[in-house]
Amino acid sequence: MDDPLIIADREYTSRLITGTGGAANLSVLERALVASGTELTTVSLRRVDTEGGTGVLEILRRLGIDPLPNTAGCRTAAEAVLTAKLAREALGTNWIKLEVIADDRTLLPDPLELLDAAQTLVADGFVVLPYTNDDPVLALRLEEAGCAAVMPLGSPIGTGLGIRNQHNIELIVARAGVPVILDAGIGTASDATLAMELGCSAVLLATAVTRAADPEKMATAMRAAVTAGRLARSAGRIPQRFWAQASSPPR
Amino acid sequence: MRIQVNGARREVADSATVAEVLDALGMPAAGIAVALDGEVVPRAAHAATPVAEGAVLEVLTAVQGG
Repeated sequence: MDDPLIIADREYTSRLITGTGGAANLSVLERALVASGTELTTVSLRRVDTEGGTGVLEILRRLGIDPLPNTAGCRTAAEAVLTAKLAREALGTNWIKLEVIADDRTLLPDPLELLDAAQTLVADGFVVLPYTNDDPVLALRLEEAGCAAVMPLGSPIGTGLGIRNQHNIELIVARAGVPVILDAGIGTASDATLAMELGCSAVLLATAVTRAADPEKMATAMRAAVTAGRLARSAGRIPQRFWAQASSPPR
Repeated sequence: MRIQVNGARREVADSATVAEVLDALGMPAAGIAVALDGEVVPRAAHAATPVAEGAVLEVLTAVQGG
């Protein structure tokens, strides 16, 4: 393994974490997951009789992809903690993508409830990956609380607006001692590349792939985009200049 | 007795256990989690946990999302 992504006690080859939400059906989802090369993918927890069975888990088992349950839809720390415990019970994993949402229009994280839930879950032995605002101070607080990664948004969930505050992402990366995973807002491949160029350790996306006109093709693009951004980051880009600088030798 | 399962009213045998309720409703054996009145009931405790009249049972599984 050349340049693995290390989160808590696990190593992954792929730096692209895909979500399963938004796919038209399970066969579209399966093809997109395979094309993305992902090894870790999010799932949600819902009532058994509302969504029709455990098909998504069977796909993940078959493909050898680790499930990362989320607490999507939770509004308070208490709700998120209960959902995380249920996810641990249902899926047999202590990994949790922690989401505590403030309202339905923005789906932005509620920072106070988020930190509260993170502290409780870390104390209970969970590996906590919090979906957070692009707030460098909150990111540090979450790391201090014992989170295994921090996952700042580029822009609100499902908007495809890309990374609205590049400098904040760079500030988070500059001070983080845990992996920074750009989560939410990715619209197309260049957004994913930019996240990696800014120094993120991985990208988490769902809608950009599952709701693309051709999800399998977009998943292939995202896989290449994340790899390209990672390589460019480690290659060390040239400084930006105001005036031109010839690349051919003077005669 | 009457209980609530995933938001719907259900009639189950008096002094039924969590395991018996799940079985009676044809819930999948694996990949689910149960909360009884807001508390997680671990799988190992399903058979020994009684359900009381008016109890609220939530049975959850993983679906596409996130």
